[in-house]
Amino acid sequence: MKLNELTIKEARQKLDNQEITAVALTQACLDEIKEVDPKLHACLFVNEKDALAEAKAADKRLQAGETGDLLGIPYLCKDIIMTKSWPTTAASKILENYIAPYDATVIKKLRAAGAVLLGKTNLDEFAHGASTENSAFGPTKNPHDETRVPGGSSGGSAAAVAANLCLFALGSDTGGSIRQPASFCGIVGLKPSYGRVSRFGLLSMTSSTDVIGPLTKTAFDAALVLKVIAGQDDHDATSAPEAVEHYDQVITDRKDLSGLKIGLPQEYFSKDLDAKVKEKVMVVAEKLVQAGAKLIDISLPYTKYGIPVYYIITPSEVSSNLARFDGVGWGLSHSQTKDLQEFYRTNRGAGFGPEAKRRIMLGTYALSAGYYDAYYKKAQQVRTLIREEFNKAFRRVDLILTPTSPHVAFKIGQQANDPLAMYLEDVFVTGACLAGLPAMSLPAGLIDNLPIGAQLIGPRLAEKTLFQVASILE
Amino acid sequence: MEINSKEIQHIAELSRIQLSPTELEKYGRQLGSILDYISQLNEVNTKKVAITAQVSDLENVWRSDEINNWDPEEVAAALKQGQLEDGQIKVKRVL
Repeated sequence: MKLNELTIKEARQKLDNQEITAVALTQACLDEIKEVDPKLHACLFVNEKDALAEAKAADKRLQAGETGDLLGIPYLCKDIIMTKSWPTTAASKILENYIAPYDATVIKKLRAAGAVLLGKTNLDEFAHGASTENSAFGPTKNPHDETRVPGGSSGGSAAAVAANLCLFALGSDTGGSIRQPASFCGIVGLKPSYGRVSRFGLLSMTSSTDVIGPLTKTAFDAALVLKVIAGQDDHDATSAPEAVEHYDQVITDRKDLSGLKIGLPQEYFSKDLDAKVKEKVMVVAEKLVQAGAKLIDISLPYTKYGIPVYYIITPSEVSSNLARFDGVGWGLSHSQTKDLQEFYRTNRGAGFGPEAKRRIMLGTYALSAGYYDAYYKKAQQVRTLIREEFNKAFRRVDLILTPTSPHVAFKIGQQANDPLAMYLEDVFVTGACLAGLPAMSLPAGLIDNLPIGAQLIGPRLAEKTLFQVASILE
Repeated sequence: MEINSKEIQHIAELSRIQLSPTELEKYGRQLGSILDYISQLNEVNTKKVAITAQVSDLENVWRSDEINNWDPEEVAAALKQGQLEDGQIKVKRVL
């Protein structure tokens, strides 16, 4: 087995037993990137020199007897998270030459923990999309079939983990952007509760749902990463004050699932759902029953309004958050314009890709005078109903089980000309975002040799239960 | 829902985005069909429903009113990415 194919847990043991070094582990990942990534295009930026220097420093700490869950573990990071003195482009032309002046809080924490940052991964521009085709620098390919998309928007991170270019990757999930690519690439993807992980240094998309989370090979690995990156942060007033649990230790507290109630919402298993997808998710349900859990049919009637609500709230927040990209101070800047207004219009017209433009305009429209009540306020009210409905369901059940995506990875280019079809990709994943709930996609097998995921959704800050159940399933 | 060329031009103007005539036509059509889809929200009775603007369960997050100086090296790195003159960021005339 090549070193880059190890899980974090396996690598941890080998590093602690001095069977391998962080430098060797890092080199194995860098070699794999060199060999495989020219085809996959999962990475936008790789820095061998910095990575090997960090690995060396980790080896020193290990030799000095230091221990740590992620000490010496190489990872990749979605290129929408600030990494000091490295490019941070959000896969946009408008930030093509931007160098991050500081580290995001998650990166700071990972550096302190001794994790080794290899580079930055591809995404849909500003995380707008579900296929990574909206990257200004070209799409990423799915390692299981290079004619297909890896999902998105954290498609580079998901493809990188699935292809063993790193031991874990960071993504961000605003409306499904960690879980849907995890499903398409056959790995574990965790969207933590809103606020569980600091957003400081994450380029803002939809501030009321954005959250950073891990993409990993196993649920245990996700627990290790979350433990390090989670926690309250002075630089993010929306970060949750609750203490971070030792997820990797409590994960084994539960030996079986007796007494656990799992809800199956009928709206996620409607007659329109692909029979093969349903079958795979029901295999997971059956395993849960064998481990002692009880399945309970539930109903979440507002599910169908998740996408329309999401595609008002998201563009509205996007139109505000992306207003800062105007060519003043940083980013793409055309000086040959006659006045300030033309300067703004030219920079933004040339710098943003089609989906960013669509979302900015849709949000501007939804927030404009005369339309605000009909769109934005209405969406916020329906968001309340969606949230209440989940909270009510969690009085009856401990977790909810659903498919992550209605189908396996689609062909590159297949949905490129139909933005609405792309929005509908998020049908099973937006609900947890709007309600701020933790949710995890787990591999649920293959359909015609392509991976499909099952999703577990929990009550707010119930990451522990997600990890325990996922680990029993594994 | 139809968004005519004058409306889409106005939205582009408010968004401060320069668009070609082809783009204006395309985005007008696409936004129209997205808004059609979104209009299904009108079925939902929201008469007495409060809005949800955020889901952090927090309110009034305070901090002490103290100046924390940022790392000067990082400040310098942030500033040097724009057009500078005498240490000031250069912008076009506003008035």
